[in-house]
Amino acid sequence: MERAQQVLEMKGITKQYFGNTVLNDVSIDLYPGEIHALVGENGAGKSTLMNILFGMPVIHSTGGFSGEILIDGEKVELLSPAEAMQAGIGMVHQEFMLIPGFTITENIKLNRETTRKNALSRLFRSQSLDYLDIPAMRKDARHALDRLDLSIDEWLPVAGLPVGYMQFIEIAREVDKKEVKILVFDEPTAVLTETEADRLLGSLRRLAADGIAILFITHRLDEVMAIADRITVLRDGEIVARLNRDEAVVERIAELMVGRKVEKVDLPARDKEPSDEDLAFTIENLVVDMPGEMVRGLSLSVRRGEILGIGGLAGHGKLGIANGIMGLYPASGRVSKNGDNIPLNSPEQVLLKGLAFVSEDRRGVGLLLDEPIERNIGVTAMQAQHKFLRPRPHFLPGLRLEDRRELRTYSEEMIRKLDIRCLGPTQPVRSLSGGNQQKVCVAKALALDPEILFVSEPTRGIDVGAKRLVLDLLVRLNREHNVTIIMTSSELGELRKICDRVAIVYRGRLAGILPPDASDAEFGLMMAGRAREEAV
Amino acid sequence: MTQKLKQIIVHIGLPRIIIAGFLLVIFITAYITDMSVPQLITDSLVRVGMNGILVLAMVPTISCGVGLNFGLPLGVLSGLVGALISMERGLAGFPGLFAAIGFAVPIAVVVGYLYALLLESVKGQEMMVGTYVGFSAVAVMCIFWLMAPFKNPELIWAIGGKGLRFTLTLGNHFGKVLNNFAVFKLFGVKISGGLLGFFLLFCLLIYLFYKTKLGIAMVAAGANPVFARSAGIDVRHMKAVGVILSTVLAAIGIIVYAQSYGFLQLYMAPLMMAFPAVAAILIGGASLQKATISNVIIGTVLFQTLLTTALPVTSRVIQGDISEVARLIISNGMILYALTRSTGGQ
Repeated sequence: MERAQQVLEMKGITKQYFGNTVLNDVSIDLYPGEIHALVGENGAGKSTLMNILFGMPVIHSTGGFSGEILIDGEKVELLSPAEAMQAGIGMVHQEFMLIPGFTITENIKLNRETTRKNALSRLFRSQSLDYLDIPAMRKDARHALDRLDLSIDEWLPVAGLPVGYMQFIEIAREVDKKEVKILVFDEPTAVLTETEADRLLGSLRRLAADGIAILFITHRLDEVMAIADRITVLRDGEIVARLNRDEAVVERIAELMVGRKVEKVDLPARDKEPSDEDLAFTIENLVVDMPGEMVRGLSLSVRRGEILGIGGLAGHGKLGIANGIMGLYPASGRVSKNGDNIPLNSPEQVLLKGLAFVSEDRRGVGLLLDEPIERNIGVTAMQAQHKFLRPRPHFLPGLRLEDRRELRTYSEEMIRKLDIRCLGPTQPVRSLSGGNQQKVCVAKALALDPEILFVSEPTRGIDVGAKRLVLDLLVRLNREHNVTIIMTSSELGELRKICDRVAIVYRGRLAGILPPDASDAEFGLMMAGRAREEAV
Repeated sequence: MTQKLKQIIVHIGLPRIIIAGFLLVIFITAYITDMSVPQLITDSLVRVGMNGILVLAMVPTISCGVGLNFGLPLGVLSGLVGALISMERGLAGFPGLFAAIGFAVPIAVVVGYLYALLLESVKGQEMMVGTYVGFSAVAVMCIFWLMAPFKNPELIWAIGGKGLRFTLTLGNHFGKVLNNFAVFKLFGVKISGGLLGFFLLFCLLIYLFYKTKLGIAMVAAGANPVFARSAGIDVRHMKAVGVILSTVLAAIGIIVYAQSYGFLQLYMAPLMMAFPAVAAILIGGASLQKATISNVIIGTVLFQTLLTTALPVTSRVIQGDISEVARLIISNGMILYALTRSTGGQ
């Protein structure tokens, strides 16, 4: 790289959300014509950093940030996305922001149309009344598409194009902006097939050769190795490493991304350690169609009485497993418990078979926010297993009444056992803290008396103290009540803390199973899709 | 102090405070101008009992997640058909009333089910589509009233002998049977135990329904469909139950309304039936997501008392009739107000 003036510098960026530091003294810079990769696990602070760069309202409405941004060596204040665009920053979104009914040209030139004057617009001196200069617009669009090596006709409507092309049209729109100096790609290959992804990487190289600076955010380390000039690794809101391509190896990056000090706690021993002799649950060739978390043929066996962790980077399908088995997203494959086949795509049947699920989306799926704690704890067990109902003898099952007294007694017991901090069983769950809401979700699952409990992201969005409580609770359930737990988490640290084994998922399939005390590098590699054949 | 006052206002809800205040002013004015306050209360109570079940019909659709049931005329029409069958048979008194309800309910169940199927396919626009479904159904039924094979000379046009009349007198059938049942006087106020009791009975039944497994499943499906699915509840099925229940209540509601009014009104009369009911439940503090029985009772009492008392009192004071205008402003204003906010009082 020739050391010219940096086109972008972000210096000492620190950002707090409600007293929670998500970025701490992060600095990053970009040279013209450079491809700079920013890698990190989910929650490492990548998107917050990009939101700051784009002046997104969410940043300023939560108290702004400290640190400074320089463009071409001059300090700028970017208070809105429009200002960021004017400053020459372009963004290619993960979701496509295209109008299906418009042609490619119209989409590329939207709100930046080339126009010709006419009598009316002269009369009113308004550019809004100009004619569109379609041939000129098409020429510009053609040029932008050519730069991306895309041979598609510029007059086609966007609706009906393959997904891969839409991504390129997004990019063409950014490229067409004359003032663009910096382009940010936020996981552009997430929805592309491999050949499309290769093409995209080729386009990025060509754009960089034209002198545009590119900031490339991704999980996929192979891509990073293929095109990045420099690599910055972000972890827990801090920069942990800055590497040049020639000094980077995949193993090293992977280790840097996930590496955390694992505090080893001594878990209580069991009378009989779980083993492959006694399987509680088997998954064969599971396919789940959960957008963003596709599972593509995963097989896994769960030992009776163990805590099995499921890890992997975001988007590789670890969340899809539990959601698919519980019938929340269309799934196919063979799932059996104790050799007993479990029907898929039917939440009701699954609940009857003694499986329970604590969802990763606590507020969206897990709770009825405006209903009282007791109702939240009881409703699933009531609907799926006819608990908390009277009169006792079955009589028109739908018209049996809620047994308030039994539900109250059970809820109070749960509140005591799980130490839910609340005003009483009738408090609406919306007013509880995140950690206590999570405990209500666990209580809800326990009311089903599950043999097998799926827990997804149990500590997401709750504070540190509550995290420990929730993890302790899971261990206690496992040891004292012999519940087999399958825990999915983005935080490798917590998986390694309480799990007996950790399964890593890569691109919707099982990459391997590691013991919790395996090295950071082993975990990192497996998450990056290397060393696929190894298993414990 | 002001903090506490604010809390109380939020708790009860501003619209209810304003309307209750306005009612108080009306009653004081009536007292000063020597009008019979007990008579005003008697009239108001009749109106409450008359309209109550129609307002109650809003509750199931709100709690199952479909929103306000602007398609109420569908249930009303089913009720009218039921009442006509009962009258055609020449039934009178309580047997006539219960026969009307008995004929109307199965029709309402079928109509409600079909309506639920339709709403399922227009998810997210149920209220707007419901409004137009109600309007079209009323128009279609205008043709039916003309063609229907009713033979009882009391029901059909005197000259020509074909097609049902605009307004049918219920005097010889089940007119006022509830109104005149178990009437007693309290502080000069005539209270119809039959009419109010019937309304409160339905309130109780619906209250109990919400304590059953089915009722709780319906509320869960309305409050959070994804949660409901994860609990093994069939959300579509629950919505259908809510819509059917609402339609059945509307059918019973119109029969009670008609017996109290003394006339059965056909043709365009059911067209605007949904709006006063919608306004009443919203005044009672329901939101588009949540409604309770107390919302129904409070709303019906406030809204109907306002309509009943505003006319005689204002005409006494300003020598003119603004009650119809006031009714339109209040009912439509209230609907507008509620649609723009997502929360009601508590």
